[in-house]
Amino acid sequence: MTNMRSELKRLMHIVVCIKQVPDSAQIRVHPVTNTIMRQGVPTIINPYDLFALEEALKVRDYHGGEVTVLTMGPPMAEDALRKALTYGADRAVLLTDRHFAGSDTLATSFALSQAIAQIGKSFGTPDIVFTGKQTIDGDTAQVGPGIAKRLNLVQLTYVAKIASIDFSARKITVERRSEGGTQVLESKLPCLITMLEGTAAIRRGSLEDALRAARSEIVKWNAAEAGIEDMTKCGLRGSPTVVKRVFAPTPRAEKAAQIDTTEKTVRDVADELVTSIFTHQPALEHELSSSRSA
Amino acid sequence: MDFRLSEEQEAIRAMALDFARDELAPHAIDWDQQKHFPVETLRAAAALGMAGIYIRDDVGGTGLTRLDAAIIIEALATGCPAIASFVSIHNMCAGMIDRYGTEAQRRQFLPRLLTMETLASYCLTEPGSGSDAAALKTRAVREGDAYLLTGQKQFISGAGESGLYIVMARSGEEGPKGISAFIVEKDTPGLTFGANEKKMGWHAQPTRAVMLDNVRVSAENRLGAEGEGFRIAMAGLDGGRLNIAAASLGGAEAAFDKALAYVEERRAFGRAIGEFQALQFRLADMATDLEIARTFLWRAAAALDAADPEATKLCAMAKRFVTDRCFAVANDALQLHGGYGYLADYGVEKIVRDLRVHQILEGTNEIMRLIVSRAIMGRK
Ligand SMILES: Cc1cc2nc3c(=O)[nH]c(=O)nc-3n(C[C@H](O)[C@H](O)[C@@H](O)COP(=O)(O)OP(=O)(O)OC[C@H]3O[C@@H](n4cnc5c(N)ncnc54)[C@H](O)[C@@H]3O)c2cc1C
Ligand SMILES: Cc1cc2nc3c(=O)[nH]c(=O)nc-3n(C[C@H](O)[C@H](O)[C@H](O)COP(=O)(O)OP(=O)(O)OC[C@H]3O[C@@H](n4cnc5c(N)ncnc54)[C@H](O)[C@@H]3O)c2cc1C
Repeated sequence: MTNMRSELKRLMHIVVCIKQVPDSAQIRVHPVTNTIMRQGVPTIINPYDLFALEEALKVRDYHGGEVTVLTMGPPMAEDALRKALTYGADRAVLLTDRHFAGSDTLATSFALSQAIAQIGKSFGTPDIVFTGKQTIDGDTAQVGPGIAKRLNLVQLTYVAKIASIDFSARKITVERRSEGGTQVLESKLPCLITMLEGTAAIRRGSLEDALRAARSEIVKWNAAEAGIEDMTKCGLRGSPTVVKRVFAPTPRAEKAAQIDTTEKTVRDVADELVTSIFTHQPALEHELSSSRSA
Repeated sequence: MDFRLSEEQEAIRAMALDFARDELAPHAIDWDQQKHFPVETLRAAAALGMAGIYIRDDVGGTGLTRLDAAIIIEALATGCPAIASFVSIHNMCAGMIDRYGTEAQRRQFLPRLLTMETLASYCLTEPGSGSDAAALKTRAVREGDAYLLTGQKQFISGAGESGLYIVMARSGEEGPKGISAFIVEKDTPGLTFGANEKKMGWHAQPTRAVMLDNVRVSAENRLGAEGEGFRIAMAGLDGGRLNIAAASLGGAEAAFDKALAYVEERRAFGRAIGEFQALQFRLADMATDLEIARTFLWRAAAALDAADPEATKLCAMAKRFVTDRCFAVANDALQLHGGYGYLADYGVEKIVRDLRVHQILEGTNEIMRLIVSRAIMGRK
């Protein structure tokens, strides 16, 4: 496969930005202090970024070329890159420097755009840059558009599917989900795409892919190596946003009804639940019984 | 010496754990209840390289070591021990063809086994001979350029579903030296199967008797030389035993994880049962047993990879120790669940039932003691 790809004359180059995030499904709230317990929570690749990666790999498999994955993060973010290599990415770049600590979306998109420019110089100008729609931890959905703006790329946001690519005419057609339906958009290449949950199932790497990923050299760049000169745009210094406080929403005054389940059978509990619903919503009971008799 | 896995081993472990979590665990209880053998899922595992873990790569095998295989089977068993065990048996059969087969046999059979388009079964046990396998009575009578096989095999995993059977049969004198191994294809006339046995566990894979009535097998399908069959069968089992142990380990880990979560949820006497020190200590012992089992399993696997002369003894020790200890851990996990542990929905009783047979097959744990005692006392 790899050989066949490299024999093609003009290769497509796709960059996918991925972020390592805590697996929110496994985050627990401390029973006593009510704070979020992040310790020991396993990390995953941001789910939308995985859909972006899958879409990128599909494009590569069809048109030939290479997929480079890029992340900015601490050294342990290497795990996310290795996983992406297992799924079939060809190259991984870790942008890591303690000067990046505390980056907000402005500083993050600055650093990533500089790194993408450097990737272009080192490994070929990208034809498509993918990001996820948004992350499940920061949730801002700003980084993709921020990168597009800085690299002067056409941006196609909220894309659900790549419909087609005419590589020689340097054209791409995508399906974009928006309020009121799906838009089919055509754009020129290069472009930046922010990806929704895609339509394709995410592939699974084989044992061989896992081995190849483990053996791969990961490109590690600090700020200087990524070609960043203006350090005032990085990290805390380059971040006008300050997260002042993170808090759990205050519970409403009205308490949820509770059913005491101790020493009751499942049937008893179900009966009580139904009775309680009907007490609060008498209309519902009427509706249900009339529809049943109809 | 450092006891850490290499980056490569961590990577294959993570990959197999993902597969177990996504493709096995969500269905394991269902397969058990419905007695469903999930061939499509096995093929999906095969597509990822898990049907030829230690098969050489010239025919498309993954080319890994026995230690790697133990790591993968352990990971798969966290999703379903019965399926992990079938993957182990299939790999064992493929491994025997890879190691003892001719080039022609390797090229003829392995590609199909590697995709699991064809599943493989190992046929040693007979109704009258289990532990004393060398007393087997199935006959192989030479007739021109073929053999005629007649007899019965008992307790054959995968039988009826598998397309390929490695059958040990007597082509010569009494005792181990009169036994040869044969590759028998399912559609060969005279080969029939008994009913799917009703059994305690391993419901996700069939177990049947295999009847051979003058089954004609070309001499080209003899695996290894005439009279080599018993040695080949036993060599296959060295690695097989490691994997059966690994399957117990993965199953016990899954049961342990369930218990660890459960004791924090379940309340009694006004507190989470995890606050009782008796149960905390039990969990501590279970975790310690799992660590010991894993460390020793890796040691035995590394010995087999290094062709250490002690390997057979170590593999027998590991099979006995790991399957016994992990059964006890799974059973303890059931106990920590109280009455709920006895219900199918919680998935713990299934693990206990699945792991029970690992103490019996691929050589009972008494036979493992026989192998170990012979080795340390120098007796025959
Ligand atoms: C709870 C919380 C709240 C926060 N609130 C804010 C806030 O209000 N304003 C603010 O400016 N910052 C905020 N941050 C910081 C923010 O997470 C980071 O600044 C930032 O790096 C990315 O923003 P995001 O996670 O929202 O990404 P998004 O903009 O939601 O991410 C979109 C896509 O960009 C790509 N991407 C994002 N980060 C990276 C990366 N590090 N490496 C590679 N690709 C990446 C991915 O493809 C991702 O799918 C917050 C962080 C947390 C944990
Ligand atoms: C679900 C299942 C799947 C199986 N799959 C396969 C398969 O795929 N292929 C295959 O070939 N076989 C398979 N087997 C068979 C299995 O390997 C045998 O059941 C096992 O080897 C024991 O043989 P036996 O049942 O004849 O017991 P026996 O040999 O009759 O043993 C009865 C008892 O006596 C003990 N015993 C026997 N000899 C001694 C001794 N010298 N000293 C001390 N104790 C002794 C045994 O440990 C046991 O406790 C399977 C069995 C089961 C239950």
